[in-house]
Amino acid sequence: MAEVKNTTINTEIDIEALMAEEKRERKANRGKKPGSFLYICRRVWHTPTAMVGVGIIVIMYILSYSSPFICKFPFAKVDIMHKYALPGVAGHLLGCDELGRDILSRCLYGARYTMSIGIFSTAFTQVLAIPLGAIAGFFGGIVDTLIMRFLDVFQAFPQILLAIAIACVLGIGFNKIIIALGISGIAGSARMMRAQILSVREQEYVEAATSIGCSTPRIIAKHIVPNAISPLIITMAMGVAGAGLAASSLSFLGFGVQPPNPEWGNMLANARNYVRDYPHMVVIPGIFIMATVLSYNMIGDAVRDALDPRLKD
Amino acid sequence: MIRYIIRRLLALIPVLIIVALAIFTLMYFVPGDPATIALGDTADQATILAAREAMGLNRPYIVRLAEYLEKLFLHFDFGVSYTYGTVVGDELMNRFPHTLTLAICCTLFTVIFGIPLGVRSAVKAGKFEDEVTRFLTLLFSCMPGFWLALLLVLLFALKLKWFPSSGYKSAKYFVLPVLSNSLGSLAGITRQTRASMLEVIRSDYVVTARSKGLPERKVIYGHALPNALIPIVTNIGTRFGFMLGGTTITETIFSIPGIGSYMITSINSRDYNAVQGSIIYLAFMFSFMMLVVDCVYAFIDPRIKAQYTRKKRKAAE
Repeated sequence: MAEVKNTTINTEIDIEALMAEEKRERKANRGKKPGSFLYICRRVWHTPTAMVGVGIIVIMYILSYSSPFICKFPFAKVDIMHKYALPGVAGHLLGCDELGRDILSRCLYGARYTMSIGIFSTAFTQVLAIPLGAIAGFFGGIVDTLIMRFLDVFQAFPQILLAIAIACVLGIGFNKIIIALGISGIAGSARMMRAQILSVREQEYVEAATSIGCSTPRIIAKHIVPNAISPLIITMAMGVAGAGLAASSLSFLGFGVQPPNPEWGNMLANARNYVRDYPHMVVIPGIFIMATVLSYNMIGDAVRDALDPRLKD
Repeated sequence: MIRYIIRRLLALIPVLIIVALAIFTLMYFVPGDPATIALGDTADQATILAAREAMGLNRPYIVRLAEYLEKLFLHFDFGVSYTYGTVVGDELMNRFPHTLTLAICCTLFTVIFGIPLGVRSAVKAGKFEDEVTRFLTLLFSCMPGFWLALLLVLLFALKLKWFPSSGYKSAKYFVLPVLSNSLGSLAGITRQTRASMLEVIRSDYVVTARSKGLPERKVIYGHALPNALIPIVTNIGTRFGFMLGGTTITETIFSIPGIGSYMITSINSRDYNAVQGSIIYLAFMFSFMMLVVDCVYAFIDPRIKAQYTRKKRKAAE
C-alpha cells in the first residue's frame, strides 16, 4: 500500500519537474528561433552599424521634439541683423538663412517631417498592400486577375512621379504627402506579397490547417501571412529610407511640406537661390537628409541580414 | 519569341486605356477651372462662361471622357495645352530628344562604371578596396539627387568654373546633369552587381572554369558575370525607363527642357491636357522599357528563351 502511494507521488513530482524544465527551456530559447520578432531584434542589437543608425534616429527624434525648448533661437524667429550669417557667427552654430532664421534650429525642428513621413507612408503602404497581395495570391482566378491588372496600372509609373500626380490631385500638405507616397508603393509590395503567398500556399501545413477545418481568413492570417512576410519586412525596412528621400524630393519640387514649415527639402529648394554666395545654406540641410537616410538604410541592412542571411552582401 | 513580343505589346493597350481613363478622371476632380486658367485671372465672368462653352467643359463627364479617349487612341491627339496654346503631342515630341540624350548618357555612364566596379568589389570581397567601394556606394545611394546636383553645381560650375551650370547647348552642358543624375544609380548598380556576383562566384562551374586553367579574367567576365546579369539588367532597365519619363529633378535644376520639367510646370499651372498627355506618355515609355527588359533576358539566359519558345510551341499545338 505504502509502495503504491510512493509511486504516485513520484509521478507527480516528475510531471511538475518536467513542466518546470520545459518552461525554463522555452524561456531560454525565446528569441532564438530564426524569423521571430525577438530574434530579429537580438540580431539587430548585435550589429554595430545598425545600432549607430538607431542611435542617430533616436537622438534626432528627441532633439527634434525638444528643439523648441533647448534651442537658443526659435526656428521661426526672423533676425534681420544676422541674415546669411555663416556658421558660428553670433551664436548661430550652423549659421542663418536669408531671413536670419537659425539653420540649426530649423533643421532640428524639420527632422520630424522627413522621419515621420518615411515611417507613416511605409506603414500606409503595407496596411493596404499585404491584404491585397494576400487575397490575390490565395484566391487566384478572377480575383487575382482583377487585382493584378489594377496594380499594373500603378506600376506603369515610376514611384516618385506617381506620388507627384497623386499629390497634385489630393492637394498639398503633410498628411497628403504620406498618402501620396503610401499609395505609390502599394503595387510593388502587393506583388511581392502575392508571389510569396503563391509559394507558401502549396506547403503541407496549409493543407493540414485546411483539413482540420480552419476558416479561410484564419488560414490566411495565422498560417500563410506569417510564413510569407519576411521579404516584406525587408522591403519595409528599406522602404522607410526610400520614402524619406522621396518626401524630401517632393518638398524640394514644391509638392510636399510648405515653406514656412522648415522641412529639409523645401529649405534646400529655397537655399538653391543663394548657392553662389552662401553655400552653407545648401550643404547643411542636405547632410541632415543624408544622415537620416543612411541611418534607416543601416537598420534596414541589419534587418535583412537577420531575416535572410543569404542576402548578406 | 516574336509572338511573345506581339502578345506583350497587345497587353500594353488595356493598361494604357485604364491609365488614360484613371488620369482623366483624377484630373476631372482636381479643383480649378481650365477656362479660368486659359484666360487668366483678369477675365470677366461672361468671357469665362463663353470659353467654358467653347472648350466643351460644360458637357457631361462621360461625353468628355469618350471624346478624349477617342482622340487619343484613334488619332494620337493629346489635345491643346491650356496655358501655352501649343499642341501637347508636338511639345512632347520636341522635348523628347533632350530627355532621351540625358537618359542614354546616364545609363551608359552607370553601366560602364557600375558593372566593373561591382565585379571588382565582389572579386576582392572583404579586402580594403571592397570596403572603400561599399562605403562610398552606401553614401551615394543615401544622398538625395537634388542635393548632389546642387553640390556639383557649387563645386564645378561656381567655384572651379569647369562646366556651365545650366542650359543644353553642347556636350559640355550635359556633364553635370549626367553626373548628378547617375551617381546615385551608379551606386545602386555597383551594389547590385556585387551582390549577384558574390552569389555565383562560388558556383561549381566557376570552380571548373578555374581548374581547367582559364585566365582569371575570362573566368570572371566569361563565366561568372553572364550568370549574374539578370537582376542587374532588371535594375538598369527600370532606371532607364524611369529616366525616359523625364528626370524631373535634374531637368528642373539644370533647366533642360525635357519631359520631366514639362510635367512639373504643367502640374504647377494646372494645365490639364499637358499633364494627362505627359503622364500617358510616361506610362507608355515605362511599360515599353519593361517589355524590352524581358526581351533582353532571353538574350542573356538561354533557359528563359527556351521558356518563351516553349510557350509558342504550346500555343501552336
